[in-house]
Amino acid sequence: MKKDRATRRDILKTAMAASAAIFPLPGFPLPALAQAAKARVVVIGGGFGGAACARALKRADGKLVVTLVEPNRVYTACPMSNAAIAGLRDLTLQEFGYGRIAVDGVEMAYAAAEAIDAAARAVTLSGGQRLEYDRLVLAPGIDFRWEALPGYSREAAAVMPHAWTGGDQIALLTRQIAAMDDGGVVVISVPVTPSRCPPAPYERASLIAHMLKVRKPRSKVIVLDAKDAFTMQRQFQGAWKQLYPGILEYVSLSDGGLVTAVEAATRTVTTDFDKYTPAVANIIPQQKAGRIAEIAGVADRTGWCPVDPVTFESRLQPNIHVIGDAAIAGAMPRSASAASSQAKICAAAVATLLAGNTPPAPTLTSTCFSLIAPDYAISQAGRYQPVGDLYTEVEGSAAISPADAPQGLRAREARDTDAWFTATTAEVFG
Amino acid sequence: MARPLINVPAKVKRGQVFEIKTLISHIMETGFRYTTTGQRIPRDIITFFSCSYNGEEIFSADFYPAVSANPFLTFYTVATESGTLEFKWIGDNGFSETASVPVTVE
Repeated sequence: MKKDRATRRDILKTAMAASAAIFPLPGFPLPALAQAAKARVVVIGGGFGGAACARALKRADGKLVVTLVEPNRVYTACPMSNAAIAGLRDLTLQEFGYGRIAVDGVEMAYAAAEAIDAAARAVTLSGGQRLEYDRLVLAPGIDFRWEALPGYSREAAAVMPHAWTGGDQIALLTRQIAAMDDGGVVVISVPVTPSRCPPAPYERASLIAHMLKVRKPRSKVIVLDAKDAFTMQRQFQGAWKQLYPGILEYVSLSDGGLVTAVEAATRTVTTDFDKYTPAVANIIPQQKAGRIAEIAGVADRTGWCPVDPVTFESRLQPNIHVIGDAAIAGAMPRSASAASSQAKICAAAVATLLAGNTPPAPTLTSTCFSLIAPDYAISQAGRYQPVGDLYTEVEGSAAISPADAPQGLRAREARDTDAWFTATTAEVFG
Repeated sequence: MARPLINVPAKVKRGQVFEIKTLISHIMETGFRYTTTGQRIPRDIITFFSCSYNGEEIFSADFYPAVSANPFLTFYTVATESGTLEFKWIGDNGFSETASVPVTVE
């Protein structure tokens, strides 16, 4: 956390340098830059990326007119939501509002962005309101490729939740697992990458296994994976062997784990070689950038958004920046930590660009904690710098929890997980 | 070594074309890679696969280094008689694996 704060201070320093450029010393002429002081920035998406960016923009330059567009008044945070799903944490602890961000001078527009006119630099909101901008920041998170899994759809997700975004879905999976009889089976279907928060499906499986071990010891959780390898695999699998033998079953791609179809009516999950009819089916579908990215024309044929790594400006549309899960950021994982880190860099870059200056090449950080039990966590951290078009991990900066470690370290990392969440949500929403 | 995975419908109608899926765990080391110390990693691949239906070969394939790890094959045949489908994988270093599944034709 200390490291995070130091980084933020550094960024604020950069941002203040940028503001200094906007307000030249008295007596100096300022015509070319004067207009920048009233520049309008619209940020779409009130998650970790968008909320942090709106706030950082206002702090970088108090005269910027910053509008945050977000349809929901309450945001349900995904980090730690797996603990809520496993009944270890109250879901209300995941909920945040935008009151403090508004107090900071950000104008809140509680609406969905419906259309973007990149040429006219204007956003149309669901209420019909039109917002003009000098620079637009998109932080739309993810959307699902429903068509990639036969039988899955928005309607099917009401029976077989993805619980991968949104408070309703997380609450639904929480209720289903709580209501399940002892002896029931939970199936988690894990998609191919790229996806939001790569270790999260395995964290979810771990915490559900913990809950079953304690409260429903005849139950088990089966992970059906579309991949053969995943992040921190040795650490996860070592812990599963130690903590959840017979409770957590992992089926990799080469063991036939690829889910090829689902049927909501019978709650059937089909793989190439097997059929499952679990009591609870958590189907995490393949993903792409949030819908507005496609509308804005900033998503490429991969479904994600190529950006300039220094400014996060889209490679496809000028004056539109994309941050967070939707952006293609090379080696950076798609995480809340990465999104809020990108948000601050992007805010500083936008303020610098509006002042007519060139932003410096940044170094970003990302930290991902994964809880395996309430007192057992592992983590992966790194620093990232742009190399060519993409972020590359700075050599020697990767810090992954050791595969073999005493319980004391795992317990300390569990406390760090909590501290990270508290500090990050306080910084973004508090 | 995990057992090979086979998927064949338990029951099929006579004359019907049905799908057969097989997946076997195998490293399929190409023989073209080197270790960090410059040592060539020896080739270790499956070289041959066959499937017989009641003793008659209905499908076979020669594998080469370009075939991916954990080869997954899907092919089709026509249901003629109830009986057994037998599968055989042969490869480098004396690798050999077999599997068989019953099929009921109605």
